[in-house]
Amino acid sequence: MGAQIRVLKRRIKSVTATKKITRAMEMIAASRIVKAQRKVAASTPYADELTNAVTAVAHGSDVKHPLTTEVERPRRAALLLITSDRGLAGGYSSNALKAGEHLTSELVSEGKEVDTYIVGRKGVAYYGFRERAITDSWTGFTDNPTYADAKMVAAPLIEAMERDTDKGGVDELHIVFTEFVSMMTQTPVERRLLPLTFEKSAEESAQVFAKGAQAHALYDFEPSAEKVLDALLPRYVESRIYNALLQAAASKHAATRRAMKSATDNAEELIKSLSRLANAARQAEITQEITEIVGGASALADATAGSDR
Amino acid sequence: MAELHVELVAADRKVWSGEASMVVARTTAGDIGILPGHQPVLSVLQSGPVTIRTTGASGEGTVIAAVHGGFLSYTDGKLSLLAEIAELADEIDVERAERSLEQAKADADAAAERRADVRLRAVAAGR
Repeated sequence: MGAQIRVLKRRIKSVTATKKITRAMEMIAASRIVKAQRKVAASTPYADELTNAVTAVAHGSDVKHPLTTEVERPRRAALLLITSDRGLAGGYSSNALKAGEHLTSELVSEGKEVDTYIVGRKGVAYYGFRERAITDSWTGFTDNPTYADAKMVAAPLIEAMERDTDKGGVDELHIVFTEFVSMMTQTPVERRLLPLTFEKSAEESAQVFAKGAQAHALYDFEPSAEKVLDALLPRYVESRIYNALLQAAASKHAATRRAMKSATDNAEELIKSLSRLANAARQAEITQEITEIVGGASALADATAGSDR
Repeated sequence: MAELHVELVAADRKVWSGEASMVVARTTAGDIGILPGHQPVLSVLQSGPVTIRTTGASGEGTVIAAVHGGFLSYTDGKLSLLAEIAELADEIDVERAERSLEQAKADADAAAERRADVRLRAVAAGR
């Protein structure tokens, strides 16, 4: 066998092995998306009910709370950036990081200092490489976050919100994560979590308008509106962060699946073109051999014909 | 009689929902009983067992759940019980709860001890 064919055969073999791996990773990611989506769906009732309750308190009482009042001149903002622990997910982490950069520069241009909190090894590596300050970071649970993880992330953020700005506290809390729109689309989004905004979409306010003053039921608060709000808001932040972590996990799996699918497709194409080359090389070798044999035979025939004469 | 629609929701799942005639829960200000037609109320729950007297499609009976922190809100015949962790009495693994109670006592971990204690009380009340 010619040296060229041997090289091509070897490359085909290695690409086939790679294809098997990427195919397996694609399958795994696909099965995990479904699981992650189910978790997002399961967490929705709690988040909805909690949002209802927070809205009820905010509308039904005129209590002032550090987590709901806007500071006149916010000087410091916290940014929670959710990335993944692992790569091989196409542009997933870099898109989230880009959105984070965008929000950071926006906040800085508004004259605010930005404290960065990061979830996921990719984000930590990105900031670490550029030697930029990270206030706090968490890794190790981005593929399958639990409520306890969300609590752990939320605790220092809530604490920073409640602290005075002069003592290193923050006035605002922003979050950047990748929203799971559909299997094919995941978009990085920037949200302001605190202070709370009760901006509603036009559709929602139309609904409230149609149903009348249903949103303004007069609640009895026990033990008191302040106490209820005190207990309610941290839970609200936790549940929002939990939801963001779950959506980010689902998005990560979807991005991995897509990246691995295109890797598998590319491998297939590569195998095809390599096999073509190998076939051409084999054919060329055979042609050459035949030419040699025919040439040899005719030379021999010529020689015998000459000696006969 | 007016109906009371109850939703018991934990952070990561819906635990129980259905019709009930009465719900008793423990708030930070003391036990509260909710009957259909109660005034709209929003209160903070304490770790403790929640008793739901069921009617309607789920039949006459009692559902008991261990709830660890959370909220209770009632408006227009709809009662929502929100908890970070909530378990129905028949879901609770008694042996495990007993073990974690021992463990918590040994470690002097008050929060864990209370959680385990609430679980065991919920199971006891369910029998």
